[in-house]
Amino acid sequence: MADGALDTFPRLLMHHAAVRPGRPAIREKDLGIWQTWTWAEVAEEVRAIAHGLAAAGFKRGDHLAIIGANRPQLYFAITAAQALGGIPVPLYEDAVAAEMVFVFQNAEIRFVIVEDQEQVDKVLEILPQAPLLEHIYYDDPRGLRDYAQSQLASLERLKEIGREFGKAHPGFLDAEIAKGAATDTAAMHYTSGTTGYPKGVVLTHRNLIETGRGAAEMEGLGEKEEVLAYLPIAWIGQNIFSYTQWLACGFCVNCPESGETVTTDMREIGPTYYFAPPRVLEALLTQVTIRMEDAGWLKRKMFQYFMGVARRVGGRILDGKPVPLGDRILYALGDLLVYGPLRNALGMSRVRVAYTAGEAIGPDLFSFYRSLGINLKQLYGSTETSVFVCIQPNGQIKPDTVGPPAPGVELKITEEGEIVVRSPGLFREYYKNPEATAEAKTNDGWFHTGDAGYFDPDGHLKIIDRAKDVGRLADGTLFAPKYLENKLKFFPFIKEAVAFGHQRDKVCAFINIDMEAVGNWAERRGLPYSGYQDLAAKPETYELVRECVEKVNADLAADPKLANSQIHRFVILHKELDADDEELTRTRKVRRRFIGEKYKVLVDALYGGKRDCFIETPVRFEDGRAGTVSGNLRIEDAKTFPAVGQRAA
Amino acid sequence: MSAQRRIGEPILVVEDVSLSFGGVRALANVSFDVREHEIRAIIGPNGAGKSSMLNVINGVYHPQTGTVTYRGVKRHRVHPHEAARQGIARTFQNIALFKGMTVLDNIMTGRNLKTRTSFLEQAIWIGRARREELEQRRKVEEVIDFLEIQHVRKTPVGRLPYGLQKRVELARALAAEPDLLLLDEPMAGMNIEEKQDMCRFVLSVNEEYGTTIVLIEHDMGVVMDLSDRVVVLDYGKLLADGTPDAVRANQAVIDAYLGVKH
Repeated sequence: MADGALDTFPRLLMHHAAVRPGRPAIREKDLGIWQTWTWAEVAEEVRAIAHGLAAAGFKRGDHLAIIGANRPQLYFAITAAQALGGIPVPLYEDAVAAEMVFVFQNAEIRFVIVEDQEQVDKVLEILPQAPLLEHIYYDDPRGLRDYAQSQLASLERLKEIGREFGKAHPGFLDAEIAKGAATDTAAMHYTSGTTGYPKGVVLTHRNLIETGRGAAEMEGLGEKEEVLAYLPIAWIGQNIFSYTQWLACGFCVNCPESGETVTTDMREIGPTYYFAPPRVLEALLTQVTIRMEDAGWLKRKMFQYFMGVARRVGGRILDGKPVPLGDRILYALGDLLVYGPLRNALGMSRVRVAYTAGEAIGPDLFSFYRSLGINLKQLYGSTETSVFVCIQPNGQIKPDTVGPPAPGVELKITEEGEIVVRSPGLFREYYKNPEATAEAKTNDGWFHTGDAGYFDPDGHLKIIDRAKDVGRLADGTLFAPKYLENKLKFFPFIKEAVAFGHQRDKVCAFINIDMEAVGNWAERRGLPYSGYQDLAAKPETYELVRECVEKVNADLAADPKLANSQIHRFVILHKELDADDEELTRTRKVRRRFIGEKYKVLVDALYGGKRDCFIETPVRFEDGRAGTVSGNLRIEDAKTFPAVGQRAA
Repeated sequence: MSAQRRIGEPILVVEDVSLSFGGVRALANVSFDVREHEIRAIIGPNGAGKSSMLNVINGVYHPQTGTVTYRGVKRHRVHPHEAARQGIARTFQNIALFKGMTVLDNIMTGRNLKTRTSFLEQAIWIGRARREELEQRRKVEEVIDFLEIQHVRKTPVGRLPYGLQKRVELARALAAEPDLLLLDEPMAGMNIEEKQDMCRFVLSVNEEYGTTIVLIEHDMGVVMDLSDRVVVLDYGKLLADGTPDAVRANQAVIDAYLGVKH
């Protein structure tokens, strides 16, 4: 290319500003109206922030913490830091102050840019434990007028100073950008980690850009894509889909008005390239299911009938496989009456490529979206690999695999069954943690993913569970808890499940009901309840959940490998598992071992054959206060089935 | 409370007000004042005359004796719409929104008095009326953003949970850009989380817009945290008037309202 190698993010930005200055780069819905920044405008904003930071003493190699929701200014701040040779460190906006302390100390944060007062308060709270912190800039000034701390300034003020600095030092930033190398660190994301302190994953410009480009070329992504940025910016996936590929492809990223308006905003934008973790897809399906149950008789019948058609042939049509003409006509009619309107209601009418990842997706859930004609595909990856390790190619989709290796990725399965990866996107190291780096990454560049899996005959990778979580029942048969939990969670009534069974004689499970779905179900049956705990303890709710568990058991019985993993007993928990109580990670993965210890009485009761069990649990409310919930929980048995091909025991 | 928010001169002075309904004396010789930019709470047991007092302030009731002076002008039989025009807005104890209308439309009604164009101009929606509506809409959107109700902008009010309806009512009052905001039990019937949100909003309204606020509230924690000064009413009479700490320490208040130790 004419203007030198486009191998760092700031160079990519300046390239877009030169090549497509008038095209929309980023939008934000503000005061009810979508506001647009063109590429030229983005470059100006980034220059102002970068100049301001430089004037305040930000140097090459400095870390810039970024905390907040998806706001254009925070994205600009990321590029600004990179332009100066600094390293953006995005943090989860819902992290409590104590969780932030570690990152601030570990990364020696001197500069932080936050969204609003809520985040300013948190940062001020940890100020005594983060003595290096010198500057706090905020985007939204509301409520901050009377704050007198000397470290505080508005981002607006920073940009003013930056513009002055820019006038006084023409050519400064271009020289800084020219100094950057593809091998420089571009970002540091802290992995939430199910155990111990979080680890800072050091990724270079080359890691991210090569990986993002490879996937974009494979999918044919260009400048016309529309993307909705609604997942936490601290999460690597958000970096890849809304930042790395944004700058790699030059498409338009859209920031929703608030966390609660995502569904409406998505309908207005109509993204063409979409990512959703399984839990979001699950929540959407739950909403659809509830609304269809409330719909009139005719609509309900029509929905059921055409969803039947879609289940039978929808996926095959999307894959371009042969389908009889009669079914094609039926599907076309269904598209007119049901699938089209439903896609529109979901905001997915224009989706060309949709990914899901983060954890395994239930095959039924996955097929639901594909049968509607939405090109939902699975991918596999992690923070350490700049996301893309495996991607399902168009037309070769299987619900239970994550596809063959992505462009440029080498994959092996170790003798223990663990997946190891070598790729251009592989992280350099864990920040200031050589032991952890050595443990995860071999000298010749293979990364231990910690996931267990195997290749199917077509060369597609199938992931069973975390390698360390895959256990054995007492009789030596395979026990993959995540697999069971996902099967349970596909039922709209079940929000979370935790399966136990390693070195036990049978499998038992904890269940969290889905308040919205079960609450709605109870209302339609005229069943009064006062709250989660009350609803969870109803005999009718137990009956409902037992039916789900028994359906899972019937399914498991059909698979000889997993027939012994049928769930014998279960209990519905009296409180929702919550990241604030450390029961879930910030990305909402269950911390099975922690839960097993915290609720040891319950586990013992499940295996001890008890019919009920009293438990008292400390909880932390959203405002940070602590309290307890307690209750006497019923424990129920579920029917199990003889394995297919075996005689009943 | 912020150090820079300057509490000014009295904006509203109630002097010797008495109000009776037949033989019932709702208010008896009540006097107090409200200073500019302050948060003033009125507390008291049920039937103490708190809502009657608000109704006197915004002109729903006319006291038999006594005077209300607003911004230095002694008022004589002021009607609610006149009070509204003078910059007094309020919310109600039992929500008084248009249930079938969307949140946005409900808040737009709060802009009624700020509308200059005529009915006819608006009907044909030509230049001036159109520009004005866009301006009104922008103001309303600022309030929506301020109270964080973007996600229900297009939802009919009747379908919203109670706590959110209360917030919409506050939004409508704010849309009128009032100088004096009267809140009748803004937190009644709310759970702790909703109450915290509401407290935060009341404080931010006061801090950001400098709006003077008179509020009636039963939750003593809320009252003590929020308000600069507290008026205590009991059986229509003024029992005490002072800072939250002074009122809390007042023996007559403890006996009448917070309960007597036996």
